[in-house]
Amino acid sequence: MGFEPVLTKGIGEGDLIDIDVYEGQGGYQGLRKALKELSPAEVHEMVKESGLRGRGGAGFPTGVKWGFLPNDGRPRYLVCNADESEPATFNNRMLIEYNPHQLIEGILISAYATGAAQSFIYLRGEFKRGYDVLMRAMEQARRKGYLGKNIMGSGFDQEITVHRGAGAYICGEETGLLSSLEGGRGQPRLKPPFPAVSGLYGMPTIVNNVETLCNVPHIIYRGVEWYRSIGTEKSPGPKIYSVSGKVKRPGNYELPLGVTFAELLDLAGGLHEGRRLKGFQPGGASAPILTADHVDVPLDFDSTMEAGSMLGTAGVIVFDDTVCLVRVARYYADFFSNESCGQCTPCREGTAWKSRILRRLEEGGGTMHDLDVLRSLKRTMQGTTICLLSDASTFFVQSVLERFPEEFEAHVTAGGCPLQLEEVRSA
Amino acid sequence: MSAPAWLTSHADEVQAILDRYPQKRSALMPLFHLAQEVRGYVSEEDLAAIAELTGVTKAYAESVISFYSLYERKPVGKYVIHVCNNIACGLEGSAELIRHLEERLGIKAGETTPDGLITLHVTGECIAACDAAPALQVNLEYCNKVDPEKADAIIEAIRRGETPEAIGDMFGGLSLQPTAGFTKSSS
Ligand SMILES: Cc1cc2nc3c(=O)[nH]c(=O)nc-3n(C[C@H](O)[C@H](O)[C@H](O)COP(=O)(O)O)c2cc1C
Ligand code: SF4
Repeated sequence: MGFEPVLTKGIGEGDLIDIDVYEGQGGYQGLRKALKELSPAEVHEMVKESGLRGRGGAGFPTGVKWGFLPNDGRPRYLVCNADESEPATFNNRMLIEYNPHQLIEGILISAYATGAAQSFIYLRGEFKRGYDVLMRAMEQARRKGYLGKNIMGSGFDQEITVHRGAGAYICGEETGLLSSLEGGRGQPRLKPPFPAVSGLYGMPTIVNNVETLCNVPHIIYRGVEWYRSIGTEKSPGPKIYSVSGKVKRPGNYELPLGVTFAELLDLAGGLHEGRRLKGFQPGGASAPILTADHVDVPLDFDSTMEAGSMLGTAGVIVFDDTVCLVRVARYYADFFSNESCGQCTPCREGTAWKSRILRRLEEGGGTMHDLDVLRSLKRTMQGTTICLLSDASTFFVQSVLERFPEEFEAHVTAGGCPLQLEEVRSA
Repeated sequence: MSAPAWLTSHADEVQAILDRYPQKRSALMPLFHLAQEVRGYVSEEDLAAIAELTGVTKAYAESVISFYSLYERKPVGKYVIHVCNNIACGLEGSAELIRHLEERLGIKAGETTPDGLITLHVTGECIAACDAAPALQVNLEYCNKVDPEKADAIIEAIRRGETPEAIGDMFGGLSLQPTAGFTKSSS
């Protein structure tokens, strides 16, 4: 018996935006069970037992995070992070556009478990269709009595407020998100205090990713044992891998956590004819590159870490031998430089310099000294700033310098990109 | 400066936005979105009215709006195209796509066609359509795998006056791939 999709079940078959279609495949049963049969503490316990780990990038255990909420009588908030903007990541958008009720149900159950006074979805501004879909779905849920006051006659009340972003990667970082949601510039704040203690409007706040929350209804409805039968011991459950780059069939692939890169590549149709694998990033632009020696690494949180990268958002981007890694690094450098919020000097200045140096290398004016400067960013840009954008912006470059030093050196000796020079010569 | 028309024409929506949040200041962004939907961009008078509604100074509202790249502060075309120029799209030829669009529209990125119909933007932010690279958005509706012919078809659809939603239906689509029945190989 093979894998059965959980989070993407029914997508592309029926119209899951229609609440009846969603209920027809077991939808809102998790919410019903939670409200009718379980106490908030019991729901929390199940999520903890399930081993669910956050899908937003860090893989932090969700049940443990919920346990950080202080019991001090202040109002609490639940915020769904739907800002999805890590380059090479695109599964949250699909989950929202094609299965909005699953997310709504996940939020409602999580709000019940955490005792939230109100829930928010911080939705990436570009997701206009997702916004319209969520609005329609929430209206249907409200008409059925699943949203608003006295949900399913249980006495539990909850409102979900959808807040549209407006084009700023940094608003995906949870404290930048909260600043933005409060009506400010999306500038991150120092942690601690963590949002669970002092978050939205200074109140205890849980921030969870879209995909994380979409797991919750299934855990509650089908149980912890079933959930843990999927994935690995330390990374249980299903995961939607977003595959892009140089493969035949890019797209979203829902699979048990721990599938290997080789298995995923195979499902994605493999590389283009005659091409050789150069490397891949398992978790978006921020993840260090892995090489052809790493194809059997299971794509779960711990194995990717042991291999010297990270699962991150599971946005898997594949590079073949036609791709210049210096060029990729330059794309990322431009991106991070544009998206730095500018509060911290190492990040504001460092991302801009990195971008300039990489451009110089690409255009043929780079020196070996430039490579030393890039290497030194590890010291100057990691662990020196308010949030992790600064660190994240260095991981890919550092990993290429380490694992593909010849790519950089060739740019210096050839006076530009060898791949492009080759193209020019043969043209 | 006169009060913007949407204050009265969209009075209910404005009130609903203000009511949605525990603190009024949070209504800044949704009100910017509303003003932009009505006018196409956020004007000085919009900004002043929104500052007043949310109880902040105009300078504060200005500092907030300037943080976010999706807000337009000058008039734009009826249709706004955002071409993605992050990694996946870059690898699949977004540079050529941008060049093609610039040529066809007779404008540079950041400009609007003289008839006021189309504004062309290039974004360094990944728009979360990497499987559909190179991708673009028309008024935030997705268009997948845009080669030169498709780019021309999109421009034609715009000139025919199709709604952005219809354009999204025509040129967008689902990114899910089948995995049912997958079993781990024996390794
Ligand atoms: C620069 C940066 C960008 C981030 N962007 C996102 C994002 O778009 N979506 C997301 O869910 N988490 C993002 N995160 C992680 C969040 O800060 C946070 O850890 C996450 O939303 C927690 O949810 P989870 O525990 O369910 O994973 C980002 C982090 C950083 C440092
Ligand atoms: S590290 Fe960069 S993005 Fe993060 S707070 Fe500092 S300047 Fe802003």
